Amino acid sequence: MSLFGSFFGRGSKTSAPVARDRLQILLAHERTGNGNESDLLNKLQAEILEVIKRHIAVDQDKVQVKLDRGNSVSMLEIDIEVPQMRPSGQP
Amino acid sequence: MAKVLVVTSGKGGVGKTTSTAALGAALAQTGQNVVVVDFDVGLRNLDLVMGAERRVVFDLINVIQGDAKLSQALIRDKRIETLSILPASQTRDKDALTAEGVASVMAQLREKFDWVICDSPAGIERGAQLAMYHADHAIVVTNPEVSSVRDSDRIIGMLDSTTEKAKGGGKIEKHLLLTRYDPARAARGEMLRIEDVLEILSIPLLGIIPESEEVLRASNLGAPVTLSSPDSPPARAYAEAARRLEGEKLEVTVPVERKGLLASLFKGKS
Ligand SMILES: Nc1ncnc2c1ncn2[C@@H]1O[C@H](COP(=O)(O)OP(=O)(O)OP(=O)(O)O)[C@@H](O)[C@H]1O
Ligand SMILES: [Mg+2]
Repeated sequence: MSLFGSFFGRGSKTSAPVARDRLQILLAHERTGNGNESDLLNKLQAEILEVIKRHIAVDQDKVQVKLDRGNSVSMLEIDIEVPQMRPSGQP
Repeated sequence: MAKVLVVTSGKGGVGKTTSTAALGAALAQTGQNVVVVDFDVGLRNLDLVMGAERRVVFDLINVIQGDAKLSQALIRDKRIETLSILPASQTRDKDALTAEGVASVMAQLREKFDWVICDSPAGIERGAQLAMYHADHAIVVTNPEVSSVRDSDRIIGMLDSTTEKAKGGGKIEKHLLLTRYDPARAARGEMLRIEDVLEILSIPLLGIIPESEEVLRASNLGAPVTLSSPDSPPARAYAEAARRLEGEKLEVTVPVERKGLLASLFKGKS
């Protein structure tokens, strides 16, 4: 009976540990309060934009800063769309 | 032209969020540009079911209050390029959702996407009303169970009276999605029959989603069931419902476990 159970359980029961890990990461962040993350990202976006603008003409929403939280490290994804690689000072 | 869909039910826990994720993924897999929008402010869960919870920084309320641009709040799905999610706020209360704010976000989403699918909160109050207000189509999620059917009836009444379409003299297209259907229990007479639910609610049937443990597995993994196990009965039911939404005429059936698959499993074991 237990052999039967584990045979059919394969694939469907193993999803529980994935669920537990996902929840642990999520709740660890939520309990510490993630209000500052949005401030941080807004600041990063503004400052990155400033630096880029010194050299290339870009719109504000062409600089995207996104976050992917991990267990021990998080990933910052910075996406900058530039029209043409031409210095802004020149026509 | 973009179509705005609300997934609503009145009663809680009947499968709105599950259905939003599954239908959104199924539509996006056909190449359509889809965004799923979580209107359940304070109790967001669509991000979890979609597996995007680690990437939420800004949300619908931030966009409405001008703290973030729409493009900052949209999260692109990692598996399907044409699928995005707009999360709800976990911390703000639902009064932050203003009618004008929602209208402006919906207008922007209509520009960017082919399908805008709004996951409504349970209940019949403000949150549910705002979620349905701009819809062209409504998917009424119902379980074959008395209180769910009664609440769906209430919601259908609201769809016909308090939405933008209804106020302008038009009509929202309504579709019934029967979820958590258990054919064995229905056969034993322990569950309302499909025909009875259809007769009571009298709106066209979009699909019947069987009760299945694959749905729990999918939410554990953070993937819409149409992606985590595309061959499972609920996934096939959702995929067919999505095709009906796109206008295909398909007969509604209740998908069952594929016998061939089980048989081959047995063969593989011996
Ligand atoms: N076809 C199904 N088979 C088995 N379980 C299901 C099915 N559909 C939904 N469920 C389960 O029912 C529960 C509620 O589903 P879901 O969160 O989608 O409902 P909801 O209507 O969005 O709820 P709420 O009103 O709280 O937002 C979840 O645990 C989900 O896994
Ligand atoms: Mg829900």
